[in-house]
Amino acid sequence: MSMKRRITTLSLHRRLLAALLLALPLAAAAQSVPAASSSAAPVAMDAMPGMDRAGMHHTPMPVSASSTAEPAAKAPVKKAKKLHAPAAPSAAPAGTQRMHHMDHGAMPPMDHGSMHGMDHGAPPATPAAGGHAMPGMDHQAMPEMDHGSMPGMDHGATPGTEATPGMAMGPMQGGRAPADARSGDYSDGIAASPAHGLHLHGSAPAGMLLIDQLEAFHGRDANGQSWEAEGWYGNDNDKLWLRSEGERSGGKLEDASLEAFWNRNVATFWSTQLGVRHDFGAGPTRNWAAFGVQGLAPYWFEVEATAYVGPAGRTAARLRADYELRFTQRLILQPEAEVNLYGRADPARGIGSGVSDAALGLRLRYDIRREFAPYVGVVWTRRFGATASLARAEHQAVFDRQWVAGVRIWF
Amino acid sequence: MPPSKEVNVNPFSPLPAVDLSRRRFVQGLALGGAVAGLGLLRPSNVWALTSPGQPTVLSGTDFALDIAETAVNFTGALRPATTVNGSVPGPLLRMREGTTVNLRVTNRLRVPTSIHWHGIILPFRMDGVPGLSFDGIAPGESFLYRFQLRQSGTYWYHSHSGFQEQNALYGPLVVEPAGPERYPADRDYVVMLNDWTDEDPERIYAKLKKQSDYYNFAQPTVPDFFRDVRAKGLGQALAMRRMWNEMRMNPTDLSDVSGHTYTYLMNGTAPAGNWTGIFKPGEKIRLRFINGSSSTIFDVRIPGLKMTVIAADGQDVQPVPVDEFRISAAETYDVIVEPQEARAYTVFAQSIDRSGYARGTLAPRAGMEAEVPALDRRRWLDTQDMMGAMSHADHGGGHAAMPGMDHAGVDHGGMAPAPAVHHARSEYGPSVDMHVDMPRCNLDDPGIGLRDNGRRVLSYADLHTIGGPLDAREPGREIELHLTGNMERFMWSFDGIKYSDAKPIHFNTGERLRIVLVNDTMMNHPIHLHGMWSELENPHGQFQARKHTINVQPAQRISYAVTADAPGRWAYHCHLLYHMEAGMFREVVVA
Repeated sequence: MSMKRRITTLSLHRRLLAALLLALPLAAAAQSVPAASSSAAPVAMDAMPGMDRAGMHHTPMPVSASSTAEPAAKAPVKKAKKLHAPAAPSAAPAGTQRMHHMDHGAMPPMDHGSMHGMDHGAPPATPAAGGHAMPGMDHQAMPEMDHGSMPGMDHGATPGTEATPGMAMGPMQGGRAPADARSGDYSDGIAASPAHGLHLHGSAPAGMLLIDQLEAFHGRDANGQSWEAEGWYGNDNDKLWLRSEGERSGGKLEDASLEAFWNRNVATFWSTQLGVRHDFGAGPTRNWAAFGVQGLAPYWFEVEATAYVGPAGRTAARLRADYELRFTQRLILQPEAEVNLYGRADPARGIGSGVSDAALGLRLRYDIRREFAPYVGVVWTRRFGATASLARAEHQAVFDRQWVAGVRIWF
Repeated sequence: MPPSKEVNVNPFSPLPAVDLSRRRFVQGLALGGAVAGLGLLRPSNVWALTSPGQPTVLSGTDFALDIAETAVNFTGALRPATTVNGSVPGPLLRMREGTTVNLRVTNRLRVPTSIHWHGIILPFRMDGVPGLSFDGIAPGESFLYRFQLRQSGTYWYHSHSGFQEQNALYGPLVVEPAGPERYPADRDYVVMLNDWTDEDPERIYAKLKKQSDYYNFAQPTVPDFFRDVRAKGLGQALAMRRMWNEMRMNPTDLSDVSGHTYTYLMNGTAPAGNWTGIFKPGEKIRLRFINGSSSTIFDVRIPGLKMTVIAADGQDVQPVPVDEFRISAAETYDVIVEPQEARAYTVFAQSIDRSGYARGTLAPRAGMEAEVPALDRRRWLDTQDMMGAMSHADHGGGHAAMPGMDHAGVDHGGMAPAPAVHHARSEYGPSVDMHVDMPRCNLDDPGIGLRDNGRRVLSYADLHTIGGPLDAREPGREIELHLTGNMERFMWSFDGIKYSDAKPIHFNTGERLRIVLVNDTMMNHPIHLHGMWSELENPHGQFQARKHTINVQPAQRISYAVTADAPGRWAYHCHLLYHMEAGMFREVVVA
């Protein structure tokens, strides 16, 4: 892992990290009230713009960047998107086109500017990403726009009729209950059957253990084995969630972590996580309090963003996104990106402050069964900034390309 | 069960040529706890052991039904099934309208069980739903069901306990009219469709909870994309996918559980076994189709024969000649066919997701086969399956942007103005993945995969129950319920609230009310109200058809009238077993 340049913009990293830490709870909150910016979008496919992009825009994954600061701010998601373009056309401008069509047909009074905003709804902390900035668009203003209560937004266009008054359209996904939402209680106070509990019907707990990566890697400078796994148990809303990742090299454990969370569903595709992380392996162990969000962003990106606070003022963040690109029903390419950030140097564990390391993996797996899929792949890893310097001092690689082979298993 | 006499109304139907590896029906069973060991019993040994295709028929007023675990083999592997009197399906019960029947059901399992008489109007204590009607039938115990038959037609029965229904605890039930049949026929066959799996259904459910698309092997792929680019151009290929991807919805999400694990059965016979019904050319044959599947919707046709639909859910309708019909889970359709030629005809029932089919043959003699059609091409869900009537509201650019989406088969002109939709407050949470603000209300859409396929396909708009509604009163009030789900997390509910968190729905005894269902999901949901008829209305609120199970298509609004004349606690649920188990279930209290 080779750092090209000593980071000169440490402070920027700090700010980024701070923004990220700030954004996580905000993002979490946004899930429960995701409507704020989009509640009147007639076909707001992405009802949680702030949310969905929050994790992404803040995701610095400067995988191939020579300067870490810049890409970090520049929505590396674009890179990911490019990767998946064929199957999941994520070209946002095209996306808006579709929205345009819908709007024009059904709701002439709609403000298109706001529609664009919805699509690209950049959270206030980030500049408009993606390079399709809409002139005259005020992203900052987005969260304030309450489309839900926007008067004159009747979209009840039935075929052959013009707008039918009294039919306000909400977003197709997410959103907040309109003021006139009905009650779903038709019980008139009558109690459920005393034997209600005989049927589980929705309350049965479930559990899963997913070893997403169990692999051997062969790099230019190091060989070894690594894993990435998660497991959960619980009901639809609340789960105990465990996560672990780590690697062994030269027969000894290099770097590993184990996390345990209370995972709570807070929106259709999103859950918050509150828990702890324990780092072990080479160097002293570290413990952290952890909180974050995970979920499924539009275009089927699995996203995880977790912030950590440790004793003595340590802070850290880990961001991860992955995707599945199907070549056949069983041959699946799984790109994955991960980046780690630290608020403070921890030389004993070879960590400098700022963006410490990132990895981009491409794993091509074959689902022999859904639960059992061997794979081969390539992973690019890179250490950045102070972390890279520390690595260099220890004669470790700063950049590496690794070939991997392993198996994905779940129960 | 001495009082029940055995009559085989399905005339001779010998064992067809079998693919032994695929369809050997091995029968071992424990007749109650006393019989030790599993072994192959000679058929003569056993009171309800029959070959597939030759269902045992029990008729009369007194029936003894034993529920036990029986080893079956549909796939080459011996698997335990939960059976009634040792057969799959259970015996055909033939009763007569007006009589009072006694059914003694004995549980020879190690777990509680139950039988629900699907579509039969009866006192709620006899309805067979554990937790609502009664406590279920404990192991080793019997329960005596007793009720008077106030209807005739084709129905069925199945377990209402856990996943036993998936594990083959089902059978046909035919109530003969007190008077003459309205549509007399020369022959009368039950054609029961089922989805068998060698897997433990609880594991299927657990898998769906972990990965809801586990059984979907028809998902969009990269080569699909490039094929579309070649055929339609990049812009349209992107446009086809854009909305789905933005919404994180899967356009191929037609069945939760597919032919990947299912072997589709016709009268307990796998396709290779070829269940055969015998006829003589010129005869009128009544086929009583029952979809006893746990998670499969079938599209049925008999190439070369016109089918005249004469009853839906047991109720006679004005005859409708069709080429094909969709039968959702728990529905029944009776059709009459009149083959004139002395040749074989394939009875073809493909699953809605085109992942497999059940198949049988009508032939002048056993052993004949006709060509088995290829499965239809899979279709992606259409925009109207996602957005309802709104898909037609954007004629400007929407259609251009959605190439390859077929809107045919939908009568735009006849579409009634969409009434206002009222989402429940509880629909705005993690349990719901979409809201349809402008659902489609038309009944003349046969549904995804059947639109514009060149065949005359039945739709609900074709069904007109003879005699009109049972209760001419205008509904006095309206209860609106939304069918909701989160496919990604495999959560299913009414109004976003799953059964375990839900309060009952109260009907006032004697009232006539209207139920409005709005499907806020992209899947079909066959909704079954126990104990009372659901009198389906057309978009203008006029009586259409009397049913016990009403299939609500994606993004569709449907209404029906109910007369709350059956005091008690009743089940109300989606008849896709895994949706029900996930929480798409409510208790209805009539009081």
